[in-house]
Formats: sequence, C-alpha cells, structure tokens
Amino acid sequence: MAAHLKKRVYEEFSKVVQQPQEEIATKKLRLTKPSKSAALHIDLCKATSPADALQYLLQFARKPVEAESVEGVVRILLEHYYKENDPSVRLKIASLLGLLSKTAGFSPDCIMDDAINILQNEKSHQVLAQLLDTLLAIGTKLPENQAVQMRLVDVACKHLTDTSHGVRNKCLQLLGNLGSLEKSVTKDAEGLAARDVQKIIGDYFSDQDPRVRTAAIKAMLQLHERGLKLHQTIYNQACKLLSDDYEQVRSAAVQLIWVVSQLYPESIVPIPSSNEEIRLVDDAFGKICHMVSDGSWVVRVQAAKLLRKRTAHERAKELYSSGEFSSGRKWGDDAPKEEVDTGAVNLIESGACGAFVHGLEDEMYEVRIAAVEALCMLAQSSPSFAEKCLDFLVDMFNDEIEEVRLQSIHTMRKISNNITLREDQLDTVLAVLEDSSRDIREALHELLCCTNVSTKEGIHLALVELLKNLAKYPTDRDSIWKCLKFLGSRHPTLVLPLVPELLSTHPFFDTAEPDMDDPAYIAVLVLIFNAAKTCPTMPALFSDHTFRHYAYLRDSLSHLVPALRLPGRKLVSSAVSPNITPQEDPSQQFLQQSLERVYSLQHLDPQGAQELLEFTIRDLQRLGELQSELAGVADFSAAYLRCQLLLIKALQEKLWNVAAPLYLRQSDLASAAAKQIMEETYKMEFMYSGVENKQVVIIHHMRLQAKALQLIVTARTTRGVDPLFGMCEKFLQEVDFFQRCFIADLPHMQDSFVDKLLDLMPRLMTSKPAEVVKILQTMLRQSTFLHLPLPEQIHKASATIIEPAGESDNPLRFTSGLVVALDVDATLEHVQDPQSTVKVQVLYPDGQAQMIHPKPADFRNPGPGRHRLITQVYLSHTAWTEPCQVEVRLLLAYNSNARIPKFSWIEGGEVSPQVETSIEGTIPFSKPVKVYIMPKPARR
Amino acid sequence: MPEIRVTPLGAGQDVGRSCILVSIAGKNVMLDCGMHMGFSDDVSPPDGRLTCAASSSHFHLDHCGALPYFSEMVGYDGPIYMTHPTQAICPILLEDYRKIAVDKKGEANFFTSQMIKDCMKKVVAVHLHQTVQVDDELEIKAYYAGHVLGAAMFQIKVGSESVVYTGDYNMTPDRHLGAAWIDKCRPNLLITESTYATTIRDSKRCRERDFLKKVHETVERGGKVLIPVFALGRAQELCILLETFWERMNLKVPIYFSTGLTEKANHYYKLFITWTNQKIRKTFVQRNMFEFKHIKAFDRAFCCPWAPSPSTSGGHVVFATPGMLHAGQSLQIFRKWAGNEKNMVIMPGYCVQGTVGHKILSGQRKLEMEGRQVLEVKMQVEYMSFSAHADAKGIMQLVGQAEPESVLLVHGEAKKMEFLKQKIEQEFRVDCYMPANGETVVLPTSPSIPGGISLGLLKREMAQGLLPEAKRPRLLHGTLIMKDSNFRLVSSEQALKELGLAEHQLRFTCRVHLHDTRKEQETAMRVYSHLKSILKDHCVQHLPDGSVTVESILIQAAAPSEDPATKVLLVSWTYQDEELGSYLTSLLKKGLPQAPS
Repeated sequence: MAAHLKKRVYEEFSKVVQQPQEEIATKKLRLTKPSKSAALHIDLCKATSPADALQYLLQFARKPVEAESVEGVVRILLEHYYKENDPSVRLKIASLLGLLSKTAGFSPDCIMDDAINILQNEKSHQVLAQLLDTLLAIGTKLPENQAVQMRLVDVACKHLTDTSHGVRNKCLQLLGNLGSLEKSVTKDAEGLAARDVQKIIGDYFSDQDPRVRTAAIKAMLQLHERGLKLHQTIYNQACKLLSDDYEQVRSAAVQLIWVVSQLYPESIVPIPSSNEEIRLVDDAFGKICHMVSDGSWVVRVQAAKLLRKRTAHERAKELYSSGEFSSGRKWGDDAPKEEVDTGAVNLIESGACGAFVHGLEDEMYEVRIAAVEALCMLAQSSPSFAEKCLDFLVDMFNDEIEEVRLQSIHTMRKISNNITLREDQLDTVLAVLEDSSRDIREALHELLCCTNVSTKEGIHLALVELLKNLAKYPTDRDSIWKCLKFLGSRHPTLVLPLVPELLSTHPFFDTAEPDMDDPAYIAVLVLIFNAAKTCPTMPALFSDHTFRHYAYLRDSLSHLVPALRLPGRKLVSSAVSPNITPQEDPSQQFLQQSLERVYSLQHLDPQGAQELLEFTIRDLQRLGELQSELAGVADFSAAYLRCQLLLIKALQEKLWNVAAPLYLRQSDLASAAAKQIMEETYKMEFMYSGVENKQVVIIHHMRLQAKALQLIVTARTTRGVDPLFGMCEKFLQEVDFFQRCFIADLPHMQDSFVDKLLDLMPRLMTSKPAEVVKILQTMLRQSTFLHLPLPEQIHKASATIIEPAGESDNPLRFTSGLVVALDVDATLEHVQDPQSTVKVQVLYPDGQAQMIHPKPADFRNPGPGRHRLITQVYLSHTAWTEPCQVEVRLLLAYNSNARIPKFSWIEGGEVSPQVETSIEGTIPFSKPVKVYIMPKPARR
Repeated sequence: MPEIRVTPLGAGQDVGRSCILVSIAGKNVMLDCGMHMGFSDDVSPPDGRLTCAASSSHFHLDHCGALPYFSEMVGYDGPIYMTHPTQAICPILLEDYRKIAVDKKGEANFFTSQMIKDCMKKVVAVHLHQTVQVDDELEIKAYYAGHVLGAAMFQIKVGSESVVYTGDYNMTPDRHLGAAWIDKCRPNLLITESTYATTIRDSKRCRERDFLKKVHETVERGGKVLIPVFALGRAQELCILLETFWERMNLKVPIYFSTGLTEKANHYYKLFITWTNQKIRKTFVQRNMFEFKHIKAFDRAFCCPWAPSPSTSGGHVVFATPGMLHAGQSLQIFRKWAGNEKNMVIMPGYCVQGTVGHKILSGQRKLEMEGRQVLEVKMQVEYMSFSAHADAKGIMQLVGQAEPESVLLVHGEAKKMEFLKQKIEQEFRVDCYMPANGETVVLPTSPSIPGGISLGLLKREMAQGLLPEAKRPRLLHGTLIMKDSNFRLVSSEQALKELGLAEHQLRFTCRVHLHDTRKEQETAMRVYSHLKSILKDHCVQHLPDGSVTVESILIQAAAPSEDPATKVLLVSWTYQDEELGSYLTSLLKKGLPQAPS
C-alpha cells in the first residue's frame, strides 16, 4: 500500500495537470520542476572564465536537486571537471559532487569510479582533500557495501603519504569512518587484503604535523565509536601524545586514553621508574588527573569532563590525599614540618593529587564548572565520596562567578540525599542565604528542602538564617515557606525540642499572641506544623492561639500546612486527605474503558454517538481533575473527542437537508464548529509535550476535516463562484501537503476521510468547485472515525502566574505616556522550548492588547519539565480618570510548520507552495491576572 | 665548549634582593635588581661594563629597588626591560622608598628623585609574548606570571640557547590575577623562585571563606576589623574579595583604605585589566572591578588617638599600611583598637621578626611600646596567609610545562631548596642547582647550529625515496660550505661551481685474488652471475669487453702471468660509491660459490 501510494505521489509530482476548460487559467496546478542538468550544462558552457564558472556553480549550489536528476547533474559536472584547469573551480565541483551524493534517494555508487579516477590525476592538494571528502560522503552513504569500503580504504592508504596535511587529514578521516570493522572479511576478488586500519592510523600518531596527529587520534576514536575494538598497544602510543606540544593533540589524546582505559580496565601496566604495576584504568585515571593541571585550558576542560565519567569509588580517596599536605593555613605551620612532607611527594608523580582541588581552583570558569559537574557525577555514584567532597563543594559557594556558584548549589542538591551536613558546613551553606542574587537564594532554598541536618542546633540555625533572609528579601516569602515545610517534615524529632522556644511559650505565663500576618511567624508555624504531622506529641506544646492559627493557615495556605490530628478536635480535613497512595490500575483501567467505548461510535446512530461522546468527555474531564498524573492523557483524549463531537453535530444540522445552495445565513453552528475544531487541534498539537508523530497525523487529519467543513459551509452560504475557486485550490493544496508530509502513516488511515479523498484526488483536481464541494460533503459524512493512539507520556502545558498576585487594592500609579515596570513571576510546566514560545500578553480595558517577548535569560530551569519565568513587563498608557484593571496572561505561541518533517529539497529552495499553510498563532495557557493601574496625566 | 654561567648576586639561597647575573653565549644579562626589606646595606650590583641588558620581573622593591642606583650611580647605560604595568607602578614605589629612606631614616648617599626619573627613561616596555630583539642575537620574551599586576617571567635567548627566569610567580589564580603560564619552550635553564619549596597548599577557597566569615561576623557584632597590608599586590586582592562579598551580601558596613600610593596604583589596576583574571576581564565592560563602591578613602584624622572613629557606633573594616604593624598608620590604628575584644586584626601575610605583627602572631598579649607604655591586646588576632607565590606543586608544574634541561633555584631558604632540588631531580631527571650568593654555576650547553640546505638538493633527495620518516635517519650526500659563519649544505656540483673549482675524480682500486683455474672471461661471467644473484637491487651488467659493472663500479678479471690458477679481480670505484665498493670487495674476498658442474 505504502509503495503504491509513494508511486502515486511521484507520478503526480512531475505531471502537468491542466483543466480541460480554458476558461480559468488561474486554476492550473503546476507541480513540476524544470530540468536541472540541462540548465547547468548551458550555464557551464556559457562560462568564459573560471570566475564565471565558479559563479554559476555557486548559484547552482543554492538550489536543491531532486533525486532522479542527480545522476545527470553529476555527469555534467564530471565532464566539466576534466576540462577545467582552474583548481578553484575543480574544488567547487568536487564539493558539489559530495553534496549531491548525499541527496536522499540517490545511490552514489555509480559516481564512485569517476571520483576515484579523477583523484588519481589530480595535482592540487586542496582539490585532492575535497575529493577525499566527497569519497567519504559516498562511503558513508553506502555502509553495507564492503567492496566499496575496501576500495575507498585502499585509496585513502595510497594518499596517506601526501605532503599536504589537508590530504592526510582527510585520508585518516576516511579510514576512521570506513576502515573495515572485521579483519576476517573474505578477501575480495580484487585481492584487496583487509588492512590493519588501526596500525596504519597508529603510525600517524607521530606525524610531523600536529593537525594530522589530531586527525589520527580522532580517526581512532571514530573507529571506537563504530564498534571496533581498539588494541591495547594504542594506550602507550596515546600516553606519549599526552606530552605533545600542541593542545588539540593533547586534548584528543586524553579522550583516547579514557576510551582505552574503559576497554581494558583490568590490564596491568608497569609504573615507570619503579617495579610496581597497577591496573590500566588506575594508570589512565592518574594521567587524566594530571592533565587537569595542563598548560592549556582547552585540555583542562576536556580532562575535567572525562573525570566525571569515572565510576570507580575506591580511587576517589586519593584525590583528596592532598589534604595531608595542607599547610600554610595556620601561622608558623610551614616552618618546622618540612621533612614530614617527604613521604607524600610520590603522590605528585601519580598525578592524581588534588586533581579536583586544581580543577576547582582553575583560572577559567569553564574548567571549574566542568570540575563541579565531575564532582557531582562521582558523588552521586559513591556516598563515601560525597561525604568527602562536601567541603570542596561548600567552598565553591563562594566562587566569584555566579554561574559556578549556582552550579555547585545544584550539585549539592543532587547529592544531598546521600549526606548529612555537619554544623559548620551548614553554617557556611547558610551564610550564602544573604546573597543578593535571587537565583542563588532560591537554589539554596531548594537545597535546604532536601538536606539532612544532624542536630537541633542545626535546625535552629537554619531557621534563624532563613528568617534573616526573609527580613532582608521579603520577596523570597513563598520559597522560604516551602523550604521550611520540607525542613520540618524531614526533621520532626529535631524540631520537637525547639518548639517552646520557637513559639515562645512559657510554662507559667501566657505570652502575647504573635501577629498572624507576620511572614516570619508564619514561617515558624509552617516548620512546626509540618514537623507535628509525624510527631504526635508536639501539639501538646501548642498554646491556644496556635491552634487558632493552625485552623486559619490550614485554610489559607493549605499547600504548606498539612492536616494534623489534633487532640479534642474533629478532624474535618481528614476526609479530603490528599495523599491516598495513587493506585494506578483502576483509574488507568477506567480511562482505557472509556476510550474503548468510543470505538463503537461508528455503529451508533448520530444521536447515540453524540450522547456517548458527551458523557465520555465528561468522564475524562472528571478523571483528569481527580488524577493529576492522568490529567494529560485524559485532557488530550477529551479534546479529540470534543472535536469529533463538534464535527458530528455540525453534520447533523438541518442545513444539509435543504436542497442545493440556498445561501442561508443560519449556518452559524457549523462554521463555529469548524472554527472551534481548528482551535482545539492547534491546542492538541502544541500545548502537550510528548505528542508523537502518530498523534500529529490524526490531529492534522481532524483539522483537514474541519477545513473541508469550512469549505462546504462557505459554499453553502455565499453567493457567487469566485471566492470558491481560491478556497478549493487552497484546500486541494493542503490535501496534497498532508499527503506528502504523512505518507508513511497513510496506510493506517484506511477508510478515513483523507484516504477516500486521495482516491478521488485526480477527479477533484479536474472538477469544478461546486462538484468538489459535493464530493467533500458526502465523503465527510461517510468517513470513519479514527482512533487516537495515546502516547507514552503526555503532559499539558500549564502556567501559573505567582506575581503579580492580583489582590492589591492600591493601584500602580505612573505618569501617563511613560512606562512602568511590572514584575512578572510565573512557573511553567511541561513547556518545550519556552524561550521561543512563551509570551506575555497585557490587555488594557480599552481592548488594546500588547504582546511581550521575554528575554531568553528570563527563563530558568529549576527541574525537568519545569521552567520559571521572572521578567519585567513594561506598561504604558495614556491618562485615565479612574484606576482600572489590566489583564496579564501568558500565551503559548506556535507555528504550524514547526512539527512537520522537512524535505531536504524544500530547504532554502524556491518558495514552496506550502508557505501559506504555515499558521502562527497563540494559545492562552494561564489564568489571567488583574493588575490595578492608574496612569495619571502628566503635570505641566 | 659553549656554556651558560649564572651568578646570583642576591636571592641565592635566601629570600629577598633578587639580582641574578646570567651570561649566555657571551652576552651578560642581569635579571632583577632588588634590595632587601630588612637590611639597608648598600646593594652591590656589578659594574655596568659587563651587562648588555637588565630586566625586571615585577615592581616589588626586592626585585627592582636598586635599579636607579645601578643605572644612575653605578653607571649602567643599557636598556632595562619591564612590562608596562611594572613600568608604570615601579617609579611610584621607588619614590616612596626613597622618601622613607631619606626623609624618615635620614640616609645619605641615596638616589634622588631625578635619578629615578632618569632611570625610568632607560626602560623599554615589553608586551606579553612579544619577542624583543636586544641586539642581533639576544632576544627577550615575557610570559605572564600572576603574582602581582604586571609580573612577568623572562625568556632570554641567544640562538638556540635560552634561559627562563621566573621572577616571583603564582600558579594558582586569585581574585584579581590569573595563573602563571609558559609554553613548552624547553630552555636550557629554568631559574625559578622557591619561596614555598616545601609547602603544598590546600584549597585557597576555604581560606578565603574563613577570612570573609571572620570579617563578616566581627562587623555584624559592631566590631572593627584592621587589616594591615602592603600598599600593592595582596591589598588589591583583598579589596576585591571584600568588595564582591559586600556586593553579594548587600552589606552596608563601610570599608576604608588608607590613602597614599594606593590610589595612584589603583588607577593603574583599572587601566591594565588585560593583565587581570578572566572574571575581571570579562566584566569590566559593565563595571571595572577596581572601581570600588564600598571601599572609601580613609581620612588621616581617624587614626589620631583623640579623634572619634569614623562611625563610632557600627563596625567597619580598615585596610592600613604597612603590613607588619611596625610603623605608620596601621600601628596607630592598632594601638587605638587593641583594647576592645570586639575588634579584630587580620594579618594577611608574613611578618618579619621583631615587628609588632610578629609578636602578636606569636601570641604575645602585652606589648611594650615606646615610652615604656604597655599595651594590652584584647582584640582578636588572626593570621590568613594570602601569599602569591607558587607552592611546591606549582613549581613542579611550571617545570613540567616548560620542560627545561636544567633547573636553578633562587629566592628561597637553603634548607627548603635542598628538599625541592631533590624532588625535581627525582621527578624530571634534570640537573638542579642552588648556588649561594656570589657562587657561579657553569652549565655546558651543546647549542645546535642552524644550517641551510639548497632546495634543489632537498628535492632531489625527496624524489629518490619516500617521505622522510621521523623514526629513521636518512643519509644524504652533499657539500657543507661554511662562509661568513653561515652553514649551507649544497650538492657537490653546485659547491664546485660556487667555489670555482674543477672536479677531481677520486677512484679507489682494489685487487682481489681469486682461486680460479678458468679463463678470464669465464671468471668474469661467474662473478657476474654471482653478483647478479646477490645484488638484486642494483644494476649489474656484463659489458662486451668482459668487464662487469655494478652501478658505476668496474670489475675486471685478469690473469696474472705467474700463477694461472689464480685470477686477479680489479675492482675500481669512485669516492661517492665508497660504501657499495667496499661491500663488493668484501663480498668478492669471500670467494665465489662453487661453480655448478
């Protein structure tokens, strides 16, 4: 079926379809391309000078070439190549050959002979290098063809002795990419013995040109990537390259050493200058550590990055052996103890000494970040290492560059499950709470959320510091409360002894009731209540007003204050208890059942179908509300069913029963339905993350139906034929486009609208609009309902605006005509690529709307699938007499072309007919927030 | 035998007053020209007649303090090389030094302001990595050294012989400067400082953190922090450290810096941002880090005993000179604040014995001041080492980076040097020296002599064989022409032509006796077939006149009349074919194989 369809597509590509009637010339649907090769040939013949020819070739290269004309073009190019004396033109031709052989659907083996042929007679090194590049392109295009590969490898070996580094580079690249994987390949008829590619490449490790040395190492790495097992002998060769004069060589060599050390971890290598032997992996580790103090920062970054890939725990210890050396910290430390150091010096030789200490103190922040990341990786795999590296990480909190500080805080958070902070460490961590950067503080709050504290003093210290932070930066309120919530629930027993002090209760005297609106007091209460949840003895320590405050907070800040089992009080909240362990199965089953029910839709009468859809949609919506983890799936399916429902309803309208065009005006429902379906499909396509191609097809199909509906409605309600022509043509183009984009999925869509439509396509193309409409109408009614396969993971994008809160009664006053900055703080969930899609909209009372694109830097990414937008929106307006509210909301911008697979030949080519189908739009996806503003007239 | 001679006049097995004399390929270079902080004896640099150039690694007085003396009073008249920041800051320090020496201590026979100016006129400023041609043969190149603004390492090179002098350097970056860096220049000798020859330092970060924490805690309590510093170098680092911390933490407590040279010097710090570290270089567009927001100039009136403190209530931080609390402002402030246990003094560096700084660091709590006053020290005393010298690992690292043939240690204590020397010899297997002052180290070198080769000859050789392989030496025939101390390798024909000489053929002839009863022709035939079978690679021919040629070697068989049973083979070859010819004779001497019957 697929093949059949494909054939059909290509047929139609090259066909000139013309309406038999000559009345309307504009209705032609031209889908042809002029012959490329002919034009090129003419151009090249016209060229009088090499510069001219080059110009023509450059122009030619800008346009795409279809698979079927590649061969012709190649012949023309080759012909010209032989005649050409100017190397620059030959170079361009050679590069074009490479580009062309990459064309999808073209098999380049036919041009290989020619390419090798011209290679042999070529004198210019640059052209040679380019030709080898072309051969590489050909070779990679034919990965299965052993003979071709052997032949290319042979060619590469022959040119390895070239004097130009460029040619040798390319040869090595070719060997790396095509060198035979197994030596046991049966010797081909040509007698090309399978060569030992590794040996050949290895010889060039000592080439005189550093660029060639680098290329050789890279080729070796390439072999490894392709699955060839590297010989162990390479290790020694690579080690020598570690002391190369050139940084790119060293950088590549470090990588190679790492690769080999992973291949032969247990081999034994001798330690030079002693009789001992160590495992290869340890030796390599020492060497990589040593490279962390290389002279070039490029190498240092590379080495630090590789360190993180280590998994061995036991070696972590030696990294910090440098601790034994430490001196110079205290006065008079270095004077008497020199001799003690003697024994430790052999660590310098092994190179591992303080590799991280070095990396963390490096001059370049790139190296420092790499080192922090490496620490993170190692610490995650080894708790004992995590303990050890804590001090170092904590030190990084004081780095001069904020990025590094932030990174180390994040790292700390990631490993904090493994560790318990000592008091002095906690102290240094908490000191950073006063940082003026909001990002740092919030990262730190997140860190504290999941930190284990060992003593009650620690908890107290943390609370005090957090309150200090709160006093200094009141905007951190929410973040601090959340932090205390976790701190409390993690350490109930440590909080318990602190309660009297924190609530300042007194055994004999009643103390004054604290102010309920004080954020600091709320913070303390959040800590205590969360601790009390798992500590039943705690409420006994509360005083009366504490209980009152509890009730108040439980209502107003229910996300921060858990339900407590309080003595002598009825626990109203227990009924709602939110944390029932989510039992997936029943709800999942329910979802499945409801969706399966819909499958029978086809066999129901319209009325029944409508009812079934309506209550299924209702069920799904309710399910989505109850089960947050299924919300994405449920909403997604509900939206699809809603589309179907709308379609059915629209087709049920009386309108259709009326004979022929009456041009009635009462088709509002149908056209509204079409419009709504379109909107829903855009939402389905762009508001959910995790939508796969399977779903996109169905969504596009639904949209196509909506468009058909729109067309029919228009035909029914408008007088005159002229506007219909345009619409028809556009619709047919869209069908064509749909077919091309989703050709692979068409077989799954039997009996659907589009399937039938495509069968009738030739007829439609030649029909008059009225007929087209008629055909469409019948097809729309006959087509079957397509099931929407559910993706594995689907989440609906959502946004919550935290700031502005919209509760203020005091208007924001500013002079009209000038601007006022409004801080916007919002969290985004499951938004892909928010930097380019999320916009802020401001709606003024006079209906004026303003769209603001936040800067990419305004988005932070605190966790997977979550983003945070902190930005400033500038408002301005002419004077008002009264303060009024403006609405601020977040929009999700989309571009309908974004998801569609691109064809190589469309890229940058002529204006494709599909351009008009790309629709850009926005979907509001947050609740609007009202802000009270008051532009005052300027005083003169 | 060419050699490099090094004589430290100062800094040999001791810290301070660096002055090293190097003579390399007949050129004498003086590296640094310093004075000692603790002593005031006359510096004794050599007289000027020997020296071709003097270079100064950085502006610290122990590296450049005696320059005016040397150039103006001794009479050196050659160029002096410095980096731009050193050139800018050096005169300020010299002037200050002069003032103290002359005005305060009343020294006579000291250089004058005019002399400083005259001396600075002789300075040639160099950029980093710029190769400066001192004369036709001697060249100088500067590398970044960290340590203080403008500090540089100098490479001195004559032909293929070179010496690198590090001056003072720092391999760990700090808050305002980067780390020292050198390429793999493989000098014959690396002269490195070794102040911290035995120390391997721990992370600088925790020291910084402790420092900041202590300062922060004290000022939060309302205490006052005194940080005695030297005007330049560490002071700037600490300023940046505190400034950024204040900025980050949004602190409002004032920081004061005692005025004087610092303001002028800070000016240069602002200008020479290319010499600073990555962070400052990258952010200076938004804000130059040396434009301090929180650090204000200190009013002299504050330190008068009777004047109120700048803000009597709250805490504050004061940087004051000098660094060892031996005189001046810092001591005055110290006396004022010492009585209050809320206050704190932080000593950020080394203190010489006998100074107040040394005393309080050693734990003395009662100080006897002049006039028999006894000062009780109640304030907290902290030591924070922020020294900017490379530690042992840093020194090793630099040696590893530069890959020298030998190492010479200066600017360190003898005992510690001994230890490091041993380590360097162990690890890098290079010679390591540590001469005392006045002691000369002689280092034989084997400089490579560059020679030219004519392109024609090279191409001809290339055409003969495959590419030259790095692993295998290749033999090449040519004529070496030495003319005007130039060496050129040319083909012999060209050499003859150039020299106007006729070619002389030089032929060797050799007789080989063979026991062979057959006729000459047959013998020749046998020789031919024998050689043909052995020398497969060579062209062996049998000429019609009965002789055999192998390439250009002629072999003739003759029968001596006296003994018909032996044949004499005449082998004759030209000088050029010596190798093949001697091989052939030895081959023939072994005799021919038995003829097949």
